[in-house]
Formats: sequence, C-alpha cells, structure tokens
Amino acid sequence: MENSRKEAVEVAGLSRHFGSKLALDDVSLTVPAGSVMGLVGENGAGKTTLIKHVMGLMSPQSGTVRVLGGDPVRDPRGVLSRVGYLTEEVDLPAWMRVHELMRYTQSFYGSWDAEYADKLRREFGLDLGAKLRTLSKGQRARAGLMVALAYRPELLVLDEPSSGLDPIVRRDILGAIIRTIADEGRTVLFSSHLLSEVEQVSDRVAMIRAGRIVFCDTLDAIKESHFRITLRLEAPSLQPPRLIGALGWNGEGCEWTTVWCGESTQIEAAAAVAGAKIVDQAYPSLDEIFVARVGAPPSVEHR
Amino acid sequence: MHLPIRISSTDGVPIYQQIVQQVKYLVASGRLEAEAELPPIRTLALQLTVNPNTIARAYRELEVAGVVFTKRTSGTYVSDQGSPLAKEEQLRILAERADGLLAEALQMGVSTDDIVELVRNRERNMRGMEEDRI
Repeated sequence: MENSRKEAVEVAGLSRHFGSKLALDDVSLTVPAGSVMGLVGENGAGKTTLIKHVMGLMSPQSGTVRVLGGDPVRDPRGVLSRVGYLTEEVDLPAWMRVHELMRYTQSFYGSWDAEYADKLRREFGLDLGAKLRTLSKGQRARAGLMVALAYRPELLVLDEPSSGLDPIVRRDILGAIIRTIADEGRTVLFSSHLLSEVEQVSDRVAMIRAGRIVFCDTLDAIKESHFRITLRLEAPSLQPPRLIGALGWNGEGCEWTTVWCGESTQIEAAAAVAGAKIVDQAYPSLDEIFVARVGAPPSVEHR
Repeated sequence: MHLPIRISSTDGVPIYQQIVQQVKYLVASGRLEAEAELPPIRTLALQLTVNPNTIARAYRELEVAGVVFTKRTSGTYVSDQGSPLAKEEQLRILAERADGLLAEALQMGVSTDDIVELVRNRERNMRGMEEDRI
C-alpha cells in the first residue's frame, strides 16, 4: 500500500484566519513518502497551525489536507492511527505512571510493538513505576517520544520537539527521526527553530513566514545554489553592489558580503557585471540562508 | 567498525562533503586500510545523527572517486589506493587545495617559501597530535 502512494502529506491552497489575522495564507506543501521535511520559521509564522491541520486538529477553512492518502478531519481513526505525534508541550496525562501510559496508548494503536516499546523505554532510562508528573521536562519528552514511536507510525510529526531541551535529549529526538526513515518508506515532518538540527537530518526544507511558504526545496538543492560571497569594489561605496541573486548585504566601503543564490558557474560573471571582484566564497549554513531568505524584506527576497 | 568522523552542521560545508573529506583523509593517512569495511549506511547515520540519504550520497561520491568500492553483498570497502587512478585522483584533489592556499597567500603577501615552511610545521604538529592520541 505504501508503495502505491508517493506523497505522505499533501497540503494544497490551505488558508486559515483567526479573527482578522491570516495565520495561513494559501499554503501548499508536499512531503514525499520516505523523506524528512524540516519546517522552519520564526515564532508565530504558522508552523504549529500548519501542523495542527496535518493532525486533523483544525479543519481547513479553504484548501485541502491529505495525510497518508486520507482526510485527517473526516477519518481521524483511519489516518491518525498511522501517525506519531509529539509537540513541544508534551501533554501527557500527568497522573499516570510510565507503564500505565504505555498500556493506555497501546489500546489506541493496533500496530503497537510491545517489545520495541520496552526497548525504547530502557534506552531512554524511563522507570516503569515513575509518575509522569515527577519526570523532568527531558524525561517527559522521552516518554512522549517512546509512545509516539512504539506503534511504528508511517508518518512521524514533531512540532518543535527540541524546544527547551538539553543536548542529550535533543540527540535522542534526532536519533528517533533517523531511525524512523532508516526503516524503508516511513516519513517525518518536523518543525524546528534550530536550523543546525534541520540541516543535519532533513531531505527537504520549507521556510514559512507570516503564514506563507516563502521557500521550499531539497536540502541538497538549497546547499548547491546558495553561496556566501564577499566582493571587493575598486572604490568605497555607501551602497552595496548591484548584484542579481544577492539576498541582502553586510559590509561597508570596499568590502561587501552577501548570501547569493544562483549557479556556481555564474558567480564570477555576475560579480564582474557589478564591477566587483570575489575575494571570498564559502558555503553558508542553513541558518545564514534562512536569515537571508526569511529575514530579508519581501522586496529584496523576490528579486 | 567505528569511523572517527565529526560533523559540524554550523560551518556550512555540506555534510556529505564533510564525510567524504574525512574518509579520504582517514584513507590517505593510512588509518583506514585497503579492504577495511565501512559501517553500513544506517549505522553511520545513527552514529552521526545524520540523514541516511546524506551518508548514501557520501559513499557514492567516495566510490566515484575510487576511494571505496561496493561488493554485491552491499558492503562498502576501502579500495587499494596503490592503483594509479586513485593516486591520480589524490594528486588532483591536493593540487586543488594547493591552488587555493597559494591564491590566498598571494593576496596576503605571504611568500611560497613561508607557505612550505608552514606546511612542514603543521605536519609536525599533526604528528604530535596523533602520537598523543595513541
């Protein structure tokens, strides 16, 4: 069944208002089966609202959302039983003990793998008798992760899973993402503001700002088309060089640095047209690309 | 086997390239010998917490560069670097690096003799570090 379906998540033309505020503005996003999609954007950009639509927790005001070939609002049981979900504020029933949480979750999911669940529990150092209320934030996140993974979901959805957690727990979460896709055919959609983590584990990245997807591509394509270049002008200038493909500038006088988008073979020619010489060229991190793409005012970005 | 590789996801260099460069270095420096088996993609992906497709791409690039070869059993092994093609490839990579270094030195006004001296110093330094580790 999985093989016949190429897209795990298909969002098309999705818009959402909260009162007069437009939270999602004509969002279209596809997550191919077997890939890891990293959703990045500033707080309030619309990541959580988008994810809530994918999880069927919000109904589209306009547009469509298909998850694993089904409609998460109309058929929550059919769809969500195959989706693992973890949010930043892991809202597990605090009065339960770890073993009760496991039994409770198991009752919802036919595909629950008790052996795998216990393996994860031991790896994460979770005590069967421990009350969830008494667990640290990190251990609670691990408990949430354990029950989200133990039924081997076809799609794992994580909303800011690393927020406020220490590096060791964050590593467990990233490890869970890797394990999920290392098993053929399974898919991950996760949102994060930690761009270095997104760069480490994603196949694809979607950047969202003010409810709109402003940029979406494979990570390979992004890394191959963005360059941090420093130009030297013959005479000092108060204005940055005019360079097609430049996404915002830093610098002054003779030396100006930009994140430039285009074909690597065209850089020299573009610089020559601007009357400048390239003195440094390097790969920008995803973080720098994000700032250049999403941090820049719209007029600059669409040039 | 455990590959002593470290990934930086903040310095910008694509992660597959970091892996390629470090495996090349391990092979060139003899720490990975011919016929040594590289870890399976899934294992290295988990060890480095990196997307398995990235590891697969690094292995493909290493294979194209003649550094490793795959057996039908799907294992990946270090090639015999004595083959002239691999040697040629090594020199080509190093020549590229040397060009970059010389260009920068020229810009800074550092003489080629000083660069040669610097390279010798770094080599001594690197050897010291390796001995410390052992």
